Amino acid sequence: MDTINLSNKIDWEFIEQVKEESGQNPSLCYQCGNCTAGCPYTNYFDYPVSMVMRLLQAGQKDTILNSKAIWLCATCETCTTRCPCEIDVAHIMDTLRIIARREGKVSEKDIKLFYDSFLDSVKQFGRIYEVGTLLMYNLRSGHFLADADLGPKVLTRGKIHFFPTKIKGSDKVAQIFERFQKKAKRHG
Amino acid sequence: MAEKEYAYYSGCSLEGTAKEYDTSLRLVMKTLGVKLAEIPDWSCCGSTPAHTVDHVFAAALAARNLAIIEKMNTHTVTVPCPSCLTVLKKAHIGMTTDESFKNEVNALLDEPYEGKVTAKSSLQVIYEDIGLEAIADRVTHALPDLKVVAYYGCILNRPPDIAQFDDPENPVAMDKVISALGIEVLDYAFKTECCGAAFGVPKRAMVNELTHKILSMAIDVGANCIAVACPLCQQNLDLRQEQVNQTMGSSFNIPVLYFTQIMGLAYGYSPDDLEMDKLVVGADHLIRSRIPVEEYRKMKEAEAAAAKKPAKAKEMKEEPKETAKAEEN
Repeated sequence: MDTINLSNKIDWEFIEQVKEESGQNPSLCYQCGNCTAGCPYTNYFDYPVSMVMRLLQAGQKDTILNSKAIWLCATCETCTTRCPCEIDVAHIMDTLRIIARREGKVSEKDIKLFYDSFLDSVKQFGRIYEVGTLLMYNLRSGHFLADADLGPKVLTRGKIHFFPTKIKGSDKVAQIFERFQKKAKRHG
Repeated sequence: MAEKEYAYYSGCSLEGTAKEYDTSLRLVMKTLGVKLAEIPDWSCCGSTPAHTVDHVFAAALAARNLAIIEKMNTHTVTVPCPSCLTVLKKAHIGMTTDESFKNEVNALLDEPYEGKVTAKSSLQVIYEDIGLEAIADRVTHALPDLKVVAYYGCILNRPPDIAQFDDPENPVAMDKVISALGIEVLDYAFKTECCGAAFGVPKRAMVNELTHKILSMAIDVGANCIAVACPLCQQNLDLRQEQVNQTMGSSFNIPVLYFTQIMGLAYGYSPDDLEMDKLVVGADHLIRSRIPVEEYRKMKEAEAAAAKKPAKAKEMKEEPKETAKAEEN
């Protein structure tokens, strides 16, 4: 964990952006730490979730968007469930991840690669093709043998298909991707 | 019982690594008189990955399915996978409470979603709509060796505003369903601890550590079986159990069954029917003692009668149960 330099300028625009995109009000957080106390991932976070909330109140955009915490959050919803101020903390983490992705700041590249491999399968087939998703991830990440030990386990039990199922409306699903990408481009 | 009908959104996992969840759920629903209507040409809900891209985009992937269900006879959909369920419910709630969000989502879709669908987890349908009495009525077999803990995972009941079902900190629906089958269910403190979810592939060490805690707690309370309602939980706890043993130096060998497989066993379906062979950690040793409920009741009565015999009771005060068992043999 680094020392946080709070003399960095407060980015008011960033605070407003997160407020608007998440529909949440981060200034309601009074730092009780309940979210961090229940967070199963806090051991792996560089900044505990309550500190992410504090950094957000202080408008520390770069520190937040470059953090590992926002990518290691699994949206288990414990923080949201337990927040006494009824802040949807997990939704704020979700929003921060989306902004980081949009700005090309990805501190946990393997996680993003896995998500991208997953979404490529959805775009191509309309559903998830588990084998394809894993192989695509292995190729892109360079972890060629990730989970190779599980291969025999799933193969011998007939848990996977060798070929993807393509739904009839896969083009309709692909259009959702395309329309979204067009819209995203328009908005810069 | 009048037949209930639900649209059935199985989700992608139940076509692949969680095939046995699909198979066992269909059998159990049939036994309970529930008709599952297929959703024509359903697509992936987008799951966690879509939520890292954009809220509107994620909702659109889910809402394509809601729009299809809206055109079906029934507007209530049952969803076995908690991840699919949360995504479908979040899209629905977002679109029915915020008009501009709804318009933005519908702008990405061919067929707009108007907000008429109710989504319920399959556990919720079984627990609330069918009810414990009807669940118990269908039981044909006893499973005396099973000592189960019910593991709900992180998002089946959370956040409460989205899940709108059971308790977010101490859910009990699965415990009660399994108890209603006459099976022993133990208290378990880690019902809603997160198993590591979709990080199994990119962050395997982290997931192995998290699942280690969940498995340890099950052993500590004396369970010999974990019941789950989520394909990802099942995968992390069962398929990755050997990885956990290797990385954490443990020696777990505890079967992780879908709660619907346990129901199916109590309803007399064969292990093959329920695709028990798809479990990585086998449960054969726990199922071997399965007997028809009538026989089990007689056996118990005989045991109780033997224990009551005054002469024997005096002689064998320390071990009345063993006497009963010996007599039967």
